[in-house]
Amino acid sequence: MKEVKKSFQIKGMHCASCVKVTERALKKTPGVSDAVVNLATEKAQVTYDSKKCTPEDLAQSIAGTGYSLEIEEKPFQSIDEEKKRELNSLKHKVIISLGLGVLILWGSFPGLMDFSPEIFKDSFVQLILAMPVQFWAGFEFYRATIPALKHRTANMDTLVAIGTSVAFAYSVFVTFYPNVVTNLGLDPMPYYDVAAIVIGLILLGRYFEAKAKSGTSQAIKKLIGLQAKTARVLRDGKEIDVLVDEVKVEDIIRVRPGEKIPVDGVITEGESSLDESMITGESLPVDKAKGDTVVGSTFNKTGTFMYRATKVGQDTMLSQIIKLVEEAQGSKAPIQRLADTVSSYFVPIVIMLAFFTFGVWYIFGPQPAFLFAMLNTVAVLIIACPCAMGLATPTAIMVGTGLGAQHGILIKDASSLEVANKIKTVVFDKTGTLTKGKPEITDIIPLNTLKKDEVLRLGASIEKGSEHSLAEAIVKEADDQKIKLEVASKFKAIAGHGVEGYVGKEQVFFGNRRLMDRENISFNEVFEQISKLENEGKTVMLLAVAKKLVGLVAVADTIKETAKAGVEALQKKGIEVVMITGDNQRTANAIAKKVGIDRVLADVLPDQKEAEVRKLQAEGKKVVMVGDGINDAPALVAADVGIAMGAGTDVAIEAADITLINKDLQTVASAIELSKKTMRTIKLNLFWAFGYNVILIPVAMGILYPSFGLLLSPIFASVAMAGSSISVVSNSLLLKRAKLL
Amino acid sequence: MGIDKLLVALFSISGIAFTYWFFLMKKEKEVVATSDSIDITVDGGYQPSVISVPVGKKTKLNFFRKDPSSCLEEVVLSDFKVRRHLALKKKTTIEIEPKEKGEYRFECGMNMFHGKIIVK
Repeated sequence: MKEVKKSFQIKGMHCASCVKVTERALKKTPGVSDAVVNLATEKAQVTYDSKKCTPEDLAQSIAGTGYSLEIEEKPFQSIDEEKKRELNSLKHKVIISLGLGVLILWGSFPGLMDFSPEIFKDSFVQLILAMPVQFWAGFEFYRATIPALKHRTANMDTLVAIGTSVAFAYSVFVTFYPNVVTNLGLDPMPYYDVAAIVIGLILLGRYFEAKAKSGTSQAIKKLIGLQAKTARVLRDGKEIDVLVDEVKVEDIIRVRPGEKIPVDGVITEGESSLDESMITGESLPVDKAKGDTVVGSTFNKTGTFMYRATKVGQDTMLSQIIKLVEEAQGSKAPIQRLADTVSSYFVPIVIMLAFFTFGVWYIFGPQPAFLFAMLNTVAVLIIACPCAMGLATPTAIMVGTGLGAQHGILIKDASSLEVANKIKTVVFDKTGTLTKGKPEITDIIPLNTLKKDEVLRLGASIEKGSEHSLAEAIVKEADDQKIKLEVASKFKAIAGHGVEGYVGKEQVFFGNRRLMDRENISFNEVFEQISKLENEGKTVMLLAVAKKLVGLVAVADTIKETAKAGVEALQKKGIEVVMITGDNQRTANAIAKKVGIDRVLADVLPDQKEAEVRKLQAEGKKVVMVGDGINDAPALVAADVGIAMGAGTDVAIEAADITLINKDLQTVASAIELSKKTMRTIKLNLFWAFGYNVILIPVAMGILYPSFGLLLSPIFASVAMAGSSISVVSNSLLLKRAKLL
Repeated sequence: MGIDKLLVALFSISGIAFTYWFFLMKKEKEVVATSDSIDITVDGGYQPSVISVPVGKKTKLNFFRKDPSSCLEEVVLSDFKVRRHLALKKKTTIEIEPKEKGEYRFECGMNMFHGKIIVK
């Protein structure tokens, strides 16, 4: 028995009897031990045995009563509701406090008060108007300050609470003891308007900030929203609709035109055109047929097909993407360190500066010194804005990583973004990255007395056990030509060289020139032929039987359509592009020339790629390594930023700092552009947040007064303060509109 | 200098000294996680704010947010790549498995309240 307690939304209820009906229906459902329905919240709390009953059973029971039970738990729903409530309450507080504040201002501001009704000029009336603002609307500042002070910490609320309390307390004193104030040589004028308007404006700022901030986390919400809700699964020969959570690996699923693909899998029957743009960022639909993989949450456009589920739940690509984006948004960019350090000391320092301001103005300031001292102290407390510094980096990271996800660019953490911004060199692995990684046989050249078929038969037989992409090409060619293969014995793959083994009684070597050198097999007579093929960008494999060269097999890999444009996009940014490959120099050069790459690192064995990357780094360059992660994971890790292309393998995603889901090579430049734009936003935010505090705190202290007679009113200080965090968050949101190519 | 100015000077200087002592010289009490989970109350900061957990072991941090201030609505453990919304008056559990010894900070979403996880 596995008892669970869950909350479900019930729709359609409008009276107490509806509650009874739904409660009874739920309790009657087999497996349910308790159910409590709340009319006000339209929610049912159900305790049930998950082995005996499912949410669907509950929905069915409720459906029988004429109401409906929402099965899906919407992620973010509770957060959104909480936010909505918070925004609503803020809105009311802003309207009331600003309304009351304006009335007080009308009765007390020089110039304005001449037109004000007498009632608003009365200090006691002003006190009554100011009290709800100070203690109801402003309660949240006290609510945050008191426990914080108990723990000897402070934040922005502490500053606002102290600042407005000083203005309010002085005003109360003036209201009740005007004579004492007059005797001290001061005009007995209260400052309720300062306290009320400051609170109103800061709450207004907070309202806009909260609205803007919710926009920064939209990317995750959008991704979660992509998930399909149900799947049409074939079970016991019947097609039934089940919830997507109930789909199991190996289930056969039918997808009709216009439907979302529920989970990841492989097509077993039928064909169709799929819109994968939501996952890969590629706008063109992709044709898929039997044997092709499909990704959950993508959209089936035209055909109907059946597929076998291979990944469900937390293992699907969409779940992985959400996890990666969430993790990136939780990470911190090194650039934030300074803001971190400053924020630890910021509020106490501002309070110290406020004491300092009060002392200096009282002792050295002009008359009435007390009023100058008090108002400037309040201005210092109000204008300081630690929020802007706290929001500068994370909001930009959230928008940046979200924008990346929309374009099929998954960023592992914020520090990868920061490093990618400084990149000078991009190294592309050739096979599978610049090329499709599906080489095809172009030439078979028999030497001596052997026939073409015989060369192919021997080559394919020995390669059958190999997993290399070249092996796949030659075996496929033999299959196509219906050549019967033999089982090779004593097979051995020699990394970066080729393979050896026995086909029948003959010892066969099949590989590159390095293998022939290693085995002391001469190929001087065909050197020119090999060179010619290599100059055409083909990879030449040499076949030797009984230590004698018997044939050449040339293989060519197709260059990806986007390779040239991808390389050009990077070069336009002034980035050096390098190609790394195990191919010999001539073949490598020929391919590099076709895609426009000038610098080629050829003849690099798989385990040497990492060392080559380190050599480039030793030249003082920040290096990006782009690969598919199949044999370049160590190089991806060694590079300053490792980019895994084309969804890659789990190993590649683990090793890479950035994963590109689509196969378009221009996305590499987009990823770098994204990092540049995000970093630019962060820098601008930090400059603004720091600059704002560094410039305006001294102004509020009165630094401009001796030379220009300029002082900052606390009301203006609150406008500036509210504006500073809004400007930082809005600047981050602007990043959403950034063009990445 | 009049007596009032002298008093104000004294008030300002002692105010500065008191602020420094009150906020910047406090000693945090380290709380050791005795089981595989530890409760942290979120109310005007984090209580406890210095937590000691064992290396290589999964530890659940149960945040209970009492404070409605928007400042504390998110908690960020950037070394563990976690940024989580803390529902008001509810328990939010974050599981960590520190692989290396050291000190790891955690803070609120706006970086104003801080805490520390000491991994031993």
